[in-house]
Amino acid sequence: MRSLLVVFVLGVCAFGQKYNVGRAASADEIKATDQFMAPDGTGLPAGKGTAADGRDIYSRRCARCHGAQGQGDEEGPLVGGKGSLKTAKPLKTVGSFWPYATTIYDYVHRAMPFDNPGLLDANQTYSVVALILHMNGIIGERDEMNAQTLPKVKMPNRDGFVKDNRPDTGKKKK
Amino acid sequence: MPKNERRRFLQLSGIVALAGCSQQPGAKVDEEKLPSALGKPIRAYGERSQFETAKRAVPDLKRPQIGSTRTPLAETEGIITPSSLHFERHHAGVPDLDPSKHTLLLHGLVERPLVFTVADLKRLPSASHIYFVECAGNSGGEWKAPGGPNVAASFGLASCSEWTGVPLKILLEEAGVKPAGKWLVAEGADACKMSRSLPIEKALEDCLVAYAQNGEAIRPEQGYPLRLVVPGYEGNVNVKWLRQIKIVDQPNQTKDETSKYTDLLADGTARQFTFVMDAKSVITYPSGGQKLAGPGFQEIRGLAWSGRGVIEKVEVSTDGGTTWTKAALQEPRLPKAFTRFRLPWKWDGKETEITARAADSAGYTQPSREELTEARGANSQYHYNGVKMWKIGADGSVKNA
Ligand code: HEC
Repeated sequence: MRSLLVVFVLGVCAFGQKYNVGRAASADEIKATDQFMAPDGTGLPAGKGTAADGRDIYSRRCARCHGAQGQGDEEGPLVGGKGSLKTAKPLKTVGSFWPYATTIYDYVHRAMPFDNPGLLDANQTYSVVALILHMNGIIGERDEMNAQTLPKVKMPNRDGFVKDNRPDTGKKKK
Repeated sequence: MPKNERRRFLQLSGIVALAGCSQQPGAKVDEEKLPSALGKPIRAYGERSQFETAKRAVPDLKRPQIGSTRTPLAETEGIITPSSLHFERHHAGVPDLDPSKHTLLLHGLVERPLVFTVADLKRLPSASHIYFVECAGNSGGEWKAPGGPNVAASFGLASCSEWTGVPLKILLEEAGVKPAGKWLVAEGADACKMSRSLPIEKALEDCLVAYAQNGEAIRPEQGYPLRLVVPGYEGNVNVKWLRQIKIVDQPNQTKDETSKYTDLLADGTARQFTFVMDAKSVITYPSGGQKLAGPGFQEIRGLAWSGRGVIEKVEVSTDGGTTWTKAALQEPRLPKAFTRFRLPWKWDGKETEITARAADSAGYTQPSREELTEARGANSQYHYNGVKMWKIGADGSVKNA
């Protein structure tokens, strides 16, 4: 009875909240913090760019680690590996493996260049994303990437993923 | 004889029987000179003895901000991993966050977007649970060949701690998740803003927004001041340096749930969102790199765990997998936590192979390497949980079999 009372008292403290701890988030601070992007394009910012636009920034900011043609250098490749996924030496890259083009924007925006993340503005990011797609033969050199076109790019391995269907092992032993 | 004494007598006679009644020569040590001078004064924060050397295995990396260190599980006892030895896996280094300025933003498909300070979170109802955290890539090297030379190398991306924090369910109820909210995305405050999507059911089931580990604040390399603890799920979703959670209607398909942490199968397709860590075990003594002093009594020791529940049984084989004996399991056996197993054994001094396999409360038995690769091929990289064999040489040396 006592604990019920306590819960009841707590329950009327604030509208819908039981503990009334924490504060309301303002629209501005949400906007400043929320950089999530979904494969349907939700969250992609305004801006645009083509592979041709991206060459300069790529060669200055990305090539050192990922190679001039995306073939890999200090770090892994961003192109290649098509048809390798079933072989003994699969090469998983944006071109051969990634299911969604929006992930490239999201990831480059939040994490690249590795030693200076957040350096690129939206136009520069759309441009290097377009270049990576172009180097993989997925879009043309002049195809513009923006919040509308990027989610529509069909990645070669879009249908290559399956749900977790384990347990596929582990039946009882005698 | 009273029951307790009788049991002790039986145990003792068992050991005598194991030892074959012949006393072995004990090792000689230098005479201990007890100090007559006063010892060290009291101190504010403790350190281990200068004679203790267990440490994380640190690889030589071109970029030490991206990589992992491994827990020396063969040098830990019981089920708790000291925080200082908890494995690390970072994608962009360890941020140095001031808890008086750090906040958690909870927004998206909720009635009331909220901001919590660390102090706010500590005010809310708290819970403490012992859970393992295991990187999905733990034992990944064993897919191609069972080559790990010691426990740290092939099992050290797993550790077990007591985590204290506020149940995520409480925060979600405070914010009021809208019916369309089926997933959440969690983001860390590290340089790469590491982020992962998680189904809302799991968030409501048993996740914690943790601020403490093993009785003190979470270590910086484990996510100080806030870490999302997702019991039984692959380490990567236990987002460290947690700064925001957004409730969404679909997974965000982040880099670490598409390019990485997906499991390539033999037919070229890849499993995605393979969150749960399946049952696994490893013998920590005798294990690779150790040396048995000589024939006679040995206590085989090891660890077992399962992301699907409680460890029900661990069987040990000392003849390369031909016959199996049930090991004793240390109580309490906790769900999604390490369980310590032990088996007394008399080594006859001959070359042999030893191994263990675990079974959990979901009815799952740890598979052999053959069973795993038959089901998935050898390209999966993640979620390897096959049994591990150690080879004991006639000289007592223990190696990867
Ligand atoms: C200093 C080296 C460095 C630079 C410069 C750099 N990267 Fe990276 N990149 C990395 C590292 C390291 C990773 C792996 C990160 C991880 O696994 O968490 C990576 C990963 C990536 C990936 C994911 C690859 C995959 O298949 O998972 C993409 C895409 C990428 N970088 C794009 C870029 C772009 C675009 C630029 C230039 C704006 C850039 N990188 C600059 C080091 C670098």
